[in-house]
Amino acid sequence: MHIVICIKQVPDSAQIRVHPVTNTIMRQGVPTIINPYDLFALEEALQLRDRHGGEVTVLTMGPPMAEDALRKALTYGADRAVLLTDRHFAGSDTLATSFALSRAIAKIGEAFGTPDIVFTGKQTIDGDTAQVGPGIAKRLDLLQLTYVAKIVSVDINGREITVERRSEGGTQTLMSKLPCLITMLEGTNEIRRGSLDDALRAARSQIVKWNAADAGIEDLAKCGLRGSPTVVKRVFAPPERAEKAEQIDTAEKTPRDLAEELIAGIFLRQPALESELAFDGE
Amino acid sequence: MLSTNRESPPPAAGRAAMKKELADQFKDHRHVWVFIELERDQVHPVSFELLGEGRKLADKLGVQLAGVVLGPPGEATWFAIAEAFAYGADLAYIVEAPLLADYRNEPFTKALTDLVTNYKPEILLLGATTLGRDLAGSVATTLLTGLTADCTELDVDADGSLAATRPTFGGSLLCTIYTLNCRPQMATVRPRVMAMPPRGNNKIGRVIQHKVSMIEEEIVTKVLGFLSDGQSATANLAYADVVVAGGLGLGAVENVKLMKKLARTIGADYGCSRPLVQKGWMPADRQIGQTGKTIRPKLYIAAGISGAIQHRVGVEGADLILAINTDPNAPIFDFAHLGVVTDAIRLLPSLTELFTHRLSPHSRDKLAN
Repeated sequence: MHIVICIKQVPDSAQIRVHPVTNTIMRQGVPTIINPYDLFALEEALQLRDRHGGEVTVLTMGPPMAEDALRKALTYGADRAVLLTDRHFAGSDTLATSFALSRAIAKIGEAFGTPDIVFTGKQTIDGDTAQVGPGIAKRLDLLQLTYVAKIVSVDINGREITVERRSEGGTQTLMSKLPCLITMLEGTNEIRRGSLDDALRAARSQIVKWNAADAGIEDLAKCGLRGSPTVVKRVFAPPERAEKAEQIDTAEKTPRDLAEELIAGIFLRQPALESELAFDGE
Repeated sequence: MLSTNRESPPPAAGRAAMKKELADQFKDHRHVWVFIELERDQVHPVSFELLGEGRKLADKLGVQLAGVVLGPPGEATWFAIAEAFAYGADLAYIVEAPLLADYRNEPFTKALTDLVTNYKPEILLLGATTLGRDLAGSVATTLLTGLTADCTELDVDADGSLAATRPTFGGSLLCTIYTLNCRPQMATVRPRVMAMPPRGNNKIGRVIQHKVSMIEEEIVTKVLGFLSDGQSATANLAYADVVVAGGLGLGAVENVKLMKKLARTIGADYGCSRPLVQKGWMPADRQIGQTGKTIRPKLYIAAGISGAIQHRVGVEGADLILAINTDPNAPIFDFAHLGVVTDAIRLLPSLTELFTHRLSPHSRDKLAN
């Protein structure tokens, strides 16, 4: 079977700082990582390949430096990496991103075999929209299975797949058909350590680099800013609150003193809480 | 917004998109719609929160507010419509079909896009739930329109465009996003971000029934089963009255239990900030903040949480925020109401002990006498 997985190189969000004066993002020196949710999808793809045979192609769209993320994916054991990179993609919103990625996946299908499953993580940690996966599915007319916690079974010959997906109040078991697009939840599997063989192979591997034309994209108006119906009009720091928290003076007080003051402070501000707190102490 | 280089200045070619030049085909789009999420006979409360927000947008635009209900024939579906009216809708669209009994992407996408194409809303709001996100992405892509995820604020600007504000860059900044030249303008909002509006009188409006042009045989995906979370603890975190949460200031995984013990003592639910999930100290469904759950409790106790905007947007609807942190400059003190600069690990056991003392039936009796 042929599996395509879309990953994204993202700044390690825990280390992003905002310039205090200009309110712009300071990217210098911020390390990049593979979007953590995508790793669960990658692991699932690799496990399916190991079980059923076939190949895993990893795809990303981004600047040339996104090659690093692809090489990392190869060290985990992906068979092939495709970098979709072109200045025409700059400023893409989720609709334009799903367009470009879907064209690249179609091209991957022509070049290396039609994918049986396309994977993505449930969302990225920088955009957090969870919209690109469903967007790609719709663009390629694939069945979509989002928030998948577990792939119960795949029947390659019967073209059937059964998955468990999280919904708001429980877990839904769905049977669907291949090909399909799956977005994986976090924590679904233990992410492997790449083997030495894979690391060596990754270091030597050629990464397939495509621009818009290579990916068969003729209509550049569907890409980048021009292809994005959403427009970012304003970026700003959150407004400051007028008043800061009232501080309890900690000088020479024991934790018990402080706890007493805090509790008094709570009930002073919210007297009704005292009778509402459901006591469950021993 | 999954974007490549959104922070760099847009090239000249993109500037045209910054102006509102609505094509003729979109000019008759009117009214604000709220998707009423009905799953397994239950309306998700986020739908009512969205009706409250939709009401404000509709009033500003001078248009009507509609609730959209997709569901199986039966009482629950009509009950959802009655509730939509009770929470402020002027009219309702309903698609009733057996194939809408369980959520599946295919028939729901078909039904909702058909409705939009036929009745042309200007704004379409959905809850950013698993169902809402699954559906919104498909519908927006089918309609080739803009969709803004997880908004924390919605407004209508001077020229009548929807201004959708959401945190960006991992939550360090906010950005306001427009869909100027396509319709409908779509946005999702997470549960508890908007306040629950008051439930009004049982006003009834016009109900427009529409049929889904799809039959069960055309739907590939089948539901084999559903295992409900039932009374599982995490189901209620977003709607809990009292919440205690811990952050990196807890220092070590074993200290998480100090926080849980306080929560249990005062009958609170508990959660954490994102780093604890990333460290594996707490499951993802306990995460509070922009990517986790948004909460609006009466009392929120944040132990060792620094309070980045990512966390702030998830908790600032709380009535009373109490922050415990060793860093006097931690951003959490900018939006907490009551703060103490100290080590949460040392304070939590004392808080638990004194709450126990104060809330125990014995001392409550004494208070009553």
